[in-house]
Amino acid sequence: MSNVINSNSVMQAKDIHMISTGQKVRRILAKTGTYAFLLVMALIVLFPFYWMIISSLKELSEYRQAIPTFWPQKVMWGNYSKAFSQANLGDLFMNTLYVGVVSTILSLVITVLSAFAFARLEFKGKETLFGALLATMMLPGELFTITNYITVSDLGWMHTFTALIVPFLVSVFYIYLLRQNFMQIPNELYLAAKVDGTTDLKYLWKVMIPLALPTLISITILKMMGAWNSYIWPKLVANDAEHQMITNGLRNAFTDVSGQADIPVQMAAVAIVSAPLFMVFLFLRKYIMQGVSRSGIKG
Amino acid sequence: MVESKHQWKAWLYLLPAIVLLLVFTVYPIFNTVRISLLEEYGAMAEMGLDEGEYFNFGLGNYEKVLQYKDFILCLKNTAILCVATVPISTILALLIAVALNSIKPLQKTLQTIFFLPYVTNSIAIGMVFAAMFNIVDYNAENILNSQSLGIINNVIQFFGGNPISWINQGSSYMANITVMIVYIVWNALPFKILILLGGLQSINKQYYDAAKVDGTPKWRVLTRVTVPLLSPMLAYVIITGFIGGFKEYSSIVGIFGDKMGPAHDPGLLNTMVGFVYDSIEKDRQGLASAAALILFGIILVVTLINNYVIKKRVHY
Repeated sequence: MSNVINSNSVMQAKDIHMISTGQKVRRILAKTGTYAFLLVMALIVLFPFYWMIISSLKELSEYRQAIPTFWPQKVMWGNYSKAFSQANLGDLFMNTLYVGVVSTILSLVITVLSAFAFARLEFKGKETLFGALLATMMLPGELFTITNYITVSDLGWMHTFTALIVPFLVSVFYIYLLRQNFMQIPNELYLAAKVDGTTDLKYLWKVMIPLALPTLISITILKMMGAWNSYIWPKLVANDAEHQMITNGLRNAFTDVSGQADIPVQMAAVAIVSAPLFMVFLFLRKYIMQGVSRSGIKG
Repeated sequence: MVESKHQWKAWLYLLPAIVLLLVFTVYPIFNTVRISLLEEYGAMAEMGLDEGEYFNFGLGNYEKVLQYKDFILCLKNTAILCVATVPISTILALLIAVALNSIKPLQKTLQTIFFLPYVTNSIAIGMVFAAMFNIVDYNAENILNSQSLGIINNVIQFFGGNPISWINQGSSYMANITVMIVYIVWNALPFKILILLGGLQSINKQYYDAAKVDGTPKWRVLTRVTVPLLSPMLAYVIITGFIGGFKEYSSIVGIFGDKMGPAHDPGLLNTMVGFVYDSIEKDRQGLASAAALILFGIILVVTLINNYVIKKRVHY
């Protein structure tokens, strides 16, 4: 039996040796093909960003040329200041920052407290309650929006920041994410702290939060990005000048998509709105990709 | 674990979350179902009448929604976008993930590039796509007399094709939908690549070594080894792709503005979610609720079908 295997593998080794040059060529061709495919796809993915940036720097007359230029002949930084004032981006930025920061802080507090209760404390009906929370994740948000719209207007919150912040403070998904993280911290630490007379809150602050910091950072980033990209709900409840969020303001300032619009200025505004997202991505890529992929695989 | 006297403490920690969830998540579920069954709800609230005395319970809203021409159009648009974009983006993402997984130099850089569309504002970048497809000073009689055909048409001409009016005055439904498909696929790739690449990297190398020893051709390795071993992740990206597809809305706002269609035919590309929001804004909460519940029903059915197929087809 072992002889057969031996002679077999010897033959195969010989085969491999014999066709090695042909295989080498084929392998190089395959590698080249793989790289060519990936580079073409990468170019397609990047092209809109490139087009946004060069268009934002062109003079309107250059943008309108029949034969496109791939680099601005005259770099028009002025488009950016024009875009900034035309779309009132300063105010929009402050509104969005305010909503983002307040809702992130409140949301973190609520999430940490609930995740702690689910991960560390014992109480009647814990599993049932947690299961019920998870079940709500299946429902599409549109189902809540209709009633929330009525609730918010009954509460007199129309055209206030409150309407933009409060309805979305609790995210079952974040509670779930953080609970999983908290559960990985050994319970012995908690019991030891209890013996030493440490209060729950102190233990949370000194032990659990530092250990779960990566998850908390992921939640913060996703929450801030959520505020930055929100469009539908703000359009319904607070689309007035004083409370407008940045995406709504951007879309409203440039309604003309296909006419004689000053596209370079429009692209400059788009670039300004996109820039913070890229900065966050550049510096905190690890946390974003972790948050996104974890939301995927564990479910 | 911890003595029972601490029970009240747990509830104290949970209090803010529970109160907010009761008001903004649990109550809306029941209330939305109730409103969807109240006929003429919006009109009554407007007249200041107490709906409790005058409403009729019934399926009127559902009937009305389903007879609505606009709603049928929204349903059709949503379904077309879903059926077109999910397979295209899944196959492309799979190919890119497999290719990325097979290289060493540049892998991290390319991975970052492919993730980039994920961290964008779908309305802002939609405006960039609109600019790329847009024809400057479109001449309806002879498209070639337009001022500038736009970069996409320039590329098409470069490869010997004919320029098309994609989103301008008089553009066809097919052209509009094509633009949306391109944009949605571009937008959907990063998440799928991330998940599939994560899955690929956790596949045991031994399977590939075995295939190599057997001299199995590459495409056969892909269809017989990689895809089956990756099937849980594939199933996951397909389900989330369908759910996301049925909720498509802001990508269309990005390209066509909140008129949801080309200038000559506003609403042409409206979707189910768009219909729900339009109805809310027009104070037709009954119709909005019925439409949202129909949307939920569709998502539920698609998920159940997917789960059934997965049970049959997903390996291990």
